[in-house]
Amino acid sequence: MTDFVRGLRLWFAPQRIREEGETPDYRFSLANERTFLAWIRTALALVGGGFAVDQFLPGLRWGVRVGMALALLAAGALCALRAVNHWVRCERAMRRDEDLPVSRFPTLLSLAVGLVAGAMVVVVLLGWSG
Amino acid sequence: MAGGPGGARGPAVVRDPGLQPERTRLAWRRTTLSATVGAVLAAKQAVHDDVTAAGLMGAGLSLLVWLVFLGVSHRRMVALGTARPRPMTPRGAVLAAACTVALAAFGAGVVL
Repeated sequence: MTDFVRGLRLWFAPQRIREEGETPDYRFSLANERTFLAWIRTALALVGGGFAVDQFLPGLRWGVRVGMALALLAAGALCALRAVNHWVRCERAMRRDEDLPVSRFPTLLSLAVGLVAGAMVVVVLLGWSG
Repeated sequence: MAGGPGGARGPAVVRDPGLQPERTRLAWRRTTLSATVGAVLAAKQAVHDDVTAAGLMGAGLSLLVWLVFLGVSHRRMVALGTARPRPMTPRGAVLAAACTVALAAFGAGVVL
């Protein structure tokens, strides 16, 4: 937990990251940045999906529609925050010459997306979509 | 903006054969496009059926979020124009993520 708090402090005090370890090869930092951007795009896609569900599926019942939209929006926000955290942790690990942090998040996200997709297949097959 | 806005590179500067700065710049551009789509969806959501004051304010807010993201990504793309760019600042990362979270929060507000 203290590690998380320290990471959080790094978010807002950029100069502190330079106090630790040594500057890695700039190419590694750029690769880390591109990974961060890919996660931000994933987050934006989830948020866009949330908007799309709300706008383009007016036939759904209010509860289902709002629930799905909120779940997608929340997943997008979570994904964006986690992208920053993971970027900071990777950057710090590279500076300290440690192993890169591992994360359960990609598995969780892909399981969630798979579950939703499976549920949609069932809904379409059983003709509940109206 | 081919070659980057800060592309005052002399011919003597050794370029990275892996084109890492260029790839990173393109990644920023892709992300900006995604943010544009998100902001357009948000604005459309705000002025849904009829144009109201609240709807116009929502559209203005999403335009503001989009402009912030555009500013962050433009600054970073300019910074990537050098041969050996410095790492991204955490401030830029936080701002980019904050824009995404703001769009999500905005969406939640409209949906409810």
